Amino acid sequence: MSLFKKSGTCHGARQGQALAAKKVALVGNPNVGKSVLFNALTGAYVTVSNYPGTSVEVSRGTAVIDGCQYEIIDTPGMYSILPITEEERVGREILLNEAPDVVLHVLDARNLERMLPMTLQLVEAGLPVVLVVNIMDEAERLGLKIDIPLLQEKLGIPVIGAATAKKRGLAEIRHAITSFERGKHAVFGYSRQMEQDIEEVAALLVGSYTLARKAVGLLLLQRDEEVTALVREAEGERFSAIEQKIREKTFDRRTSLHLELSLERKSIVNGVLQGVVEIPSIRRRTFNERLSTWAVRPITGVPLLLVVLYYGLYEFVGVFGAGTLVDFLEGTLFEEHFNPWIIGVVHAIIPWPVIQELFVGEYGIITLGLRYAVGIILPIVATFFLFFSVLEDSGYFPRLALLVDRVFKKIGLTGRAVIPMVLGFGCDTMATMVTRTLESVRERIIATLLLALAIPCSAQLGVILALLSKAPGALAVWSVCLLLIFMLIGLLAAKVMPGETPMFYMELPPMRLPQISNVLTKTYTRMQWYFMEILPLFILASVLLWLGKITNFFDKLVDWTSPAMAAIGLPRETAVAFIFGFFRRDYGAAGLYDLQEKGLLNARQLTVAAVTLTLFVPCVAQFLVMKRERGVKVSIVILVFVSLLAFASGWGLNEFLLVTGIL
Amino acid sequence: MKLSEKAEEILEALWIAVEEKGQSSADAERIGIPFEDPAYGELKALAFIEVTDGRVHLRTEGKEEGERTVRRHRLAERLMMDVLNIRGEGAEDKACQFEHLLHEEVDAKVCTMLNHPTTCPHGKAIPPGECCLAARESGDLGIVPLTELKPGQEGEIAYIQTEDSKKMQKLMAMGVLPGNRINLVQAFPSYIFRIGFSEFAIDTAMAREIHVRK
Repeated sequence: MSLFKKSGTCHGARQGQALAAKKVALVGNPNVGKSVLFNALTGAYVTVSNYPGTSVEVSRGTAVIDGCQYEIIDTPGMYSILPITEEERVGREILLNEAPDVVLHVLDARNLERMLPMTLQLVEAGLPVVLVVNIMDEAERLGLKIDIPLLQEKLGIPVIGAATAKKRGLAEIRHAITSFERGKHAVFGYSRQMEQDIEEVAALLVGSYTLARKAVGLLLLQRDEEVTALVREAEGERFSAIEQKIREKTFDRRTSLHLELSLERKSIVNGVLQGVVEIPSIRRRTFNERLSTWAVRPITGVPLLLVVLYYGLYEFVGVFGAGTLVDFLEGTLFEEHFNPWIIGVVHAIIPWPVIQELFVGEYGIITLGLRYAVGIILPIVATFFLFFSVLEDSGYFPRLALLVDRVFKKIGLTGRAVIPMVLGFGCDTMATMVTRTLESVRERIIATLLLALAIPCSAQLGVILALLSKAPGALAVWSVCLLLIFMLIGLLAAKVMPGETPMFYMELPPMRLPQISNVLTKTYTRMQWYFMEILPLFILASVLLWLGKITNFFDKLVDWTSPAMAAIGLPRETAVAFIFGFFRRDYGAAGLYDLQEKGLLNARQLTVAAVTLTLFVPCVAQFLVMKRERGVKVSIVILVFVSLLAFASGWGLNEFLLVTGIL
Repeated sequence: MKLSEKAEEILEALWIAVEEKGQSSADAERIGIPFEDPAYGELKALAFIEVTDGRVHLRTEGKEEGERTVRRHRLAERLMMDVLNIRGEGAEDKACQFEHLLHEEVDAKVCTMLNHPTTCPHGKAIPPGECCLAARESGDLGIVPLTELKPGQEGEIAYIQTEDSKKMQKLMAMGVLPGNRINLVQAFPSYIFRIGFSEFAIDTAMAREIHVRK
């Protein structure tokens, strides 16, 4: 029967043709498994993360359930229908503008009390809500008992207990989507006075709205700017009367409207949960909780951080990625096998030496561009992203953030900025993009500046570590220099930039063992993004260098920059590395590697060159992202400042080393 | 018996001069109210003061009442600055007017609300009242900011004190609502608290704004 009925609806939709696929929106707090559910429903991949607010961008996918097609929308995490952050604003925009046919409110079974108020808001807004009580498995492990049928009865909307990470409850969710009927839900009332105030505003609304009039009235009372603008548009001349009423009511309730609303919702939720949730009298401490405690206590957290950095960054990315893998790919595969072969092939096909040069010459697209990109950069970046994804999925980052918050406050940032900073050690370009999750413009600018200046990306880091490890002491000088400049410029920036100290608050999701499949797909998508980004630039760089070489422009450029090189005590050939570095930071470091191989640099020069190059202009890709995120003016100021400071520091370090004779 | 406002001012000034500054007496100039004022007669009739050779002496009988007037004044100052957020000259004037209203247990209520402060905003001691002693006796710490809890301690959220409504909304989204149980997990380097089954980290500035009843 039901099968027949469903295929009938679909058929009808197809006949109508103008009818688009039904829309299903996923909403809820961060870290409740929305993205995992999204992936399970659509089969497509989006970033799943423990870090609150990673999914700033909205993911869409399609799902076919019982032969019908649905568009699934994964909204950014939101705590309330009244938005505070940019992400919440985006989430509500979707609810307002896209009029989804089903809204799946996903929440964490362990925190029903805290998250149900949003369900009330969604129901109150007249949205077609299906409640997914997720993470049931972990709640059960904690000894919580939740009576789903009773909750469904009390709320009057479909409620499903699920553990999407374990594929539990998916069939029920699919069924709830297809069989959803609008208009059925329980009604919850606020106190008499509150209801009356809302009604007085709502009664003045005549226009048609996606949300129920009561919800619109309430949002008006809460002085929601977007909804106010929407109402102003919809009501036209009538708006002045509405505005008058709002002003009157908000003045009456100026001291504590938000608080009173929250308290009233809380008491409604308490009533709903009466008899639904049974909490165990004893808290069970799991191993993950103990691990979490170690991660957040300075006395154990700092050693743990060092262990993570040593094994993750140094051993795995540095020694394995930049050492073993690079040796194999670049040394064995390219130098011994691929390059001689391709040079032979090209020479055989193309008779003109100039064009031969373009492909397989000193700066050839294949022998230089492809070799750098695939042989040196790819393995380093791949190992880094793998390391980063594991950390991200384990829930370690929020803990690291709270550990460093005090230090970061001194440089005008909050602990929140630790995520872009760590990511910067992988790819500064990607990290610059992530700085948009920081709250204030001030934080974003400081973070962008520090990323451009003092955070070497993994590719650069890998090459520089390999380079400097040959000169004892050089690595230490380089690290101390960068750390000093990072702190110094951070302190200065915090002093110079106007603005208040930002506040730090962060949810600590439970620590958990990352799922291998999730980590791998995430690493893969990041790799893909990175490779798409860098390969064209490497090829472009090769072509430009080739052009520069055949027109002798390149030699002239080296001539022009040699006074600057001489000033910081470097041979003129180093200019080549710096010009490389303009295209990509790692490209420049790799150029330095070549110079060192030729024995053109001593330990002092190597260190000075490495420090200057690390500080030097961000790569072209990073500059373009900077321009997009921060605007032309800010990014040019940063560019000029960073270049000047890089050479000034190089000069200073050179003089210092000459005088003290440390290296 | 209720003293006139003028009489209270005289007693207050005299008590400060004698009890805090260790002087034996004060003159009319120091008190700031000329001798012709009938308030002196009022105090003399109660045997609180004695006037000889143009100098006012505080009698033993007047000491207790004097202490109470000083206490009321300093409580009023705290109220102006801490709660009503009025500062400077205005605060002092307002406190002077306000102190006369703090009779009949109102001072105890204000004192409890302010959690039995021991000093006025100028750093002078506030003489303890009966409510302060009773609170000390029962070991009731009253309402304290989250920063005053020790890791592992639990309390009930009493109120959130912030002028920033966005911050308020954020805190409420974390479940920081009056009446909820809050458990402080860690205090350094950042504050970590648990409400229900969720954990959150906040900085000191935010922790100071959450007030908890132990």
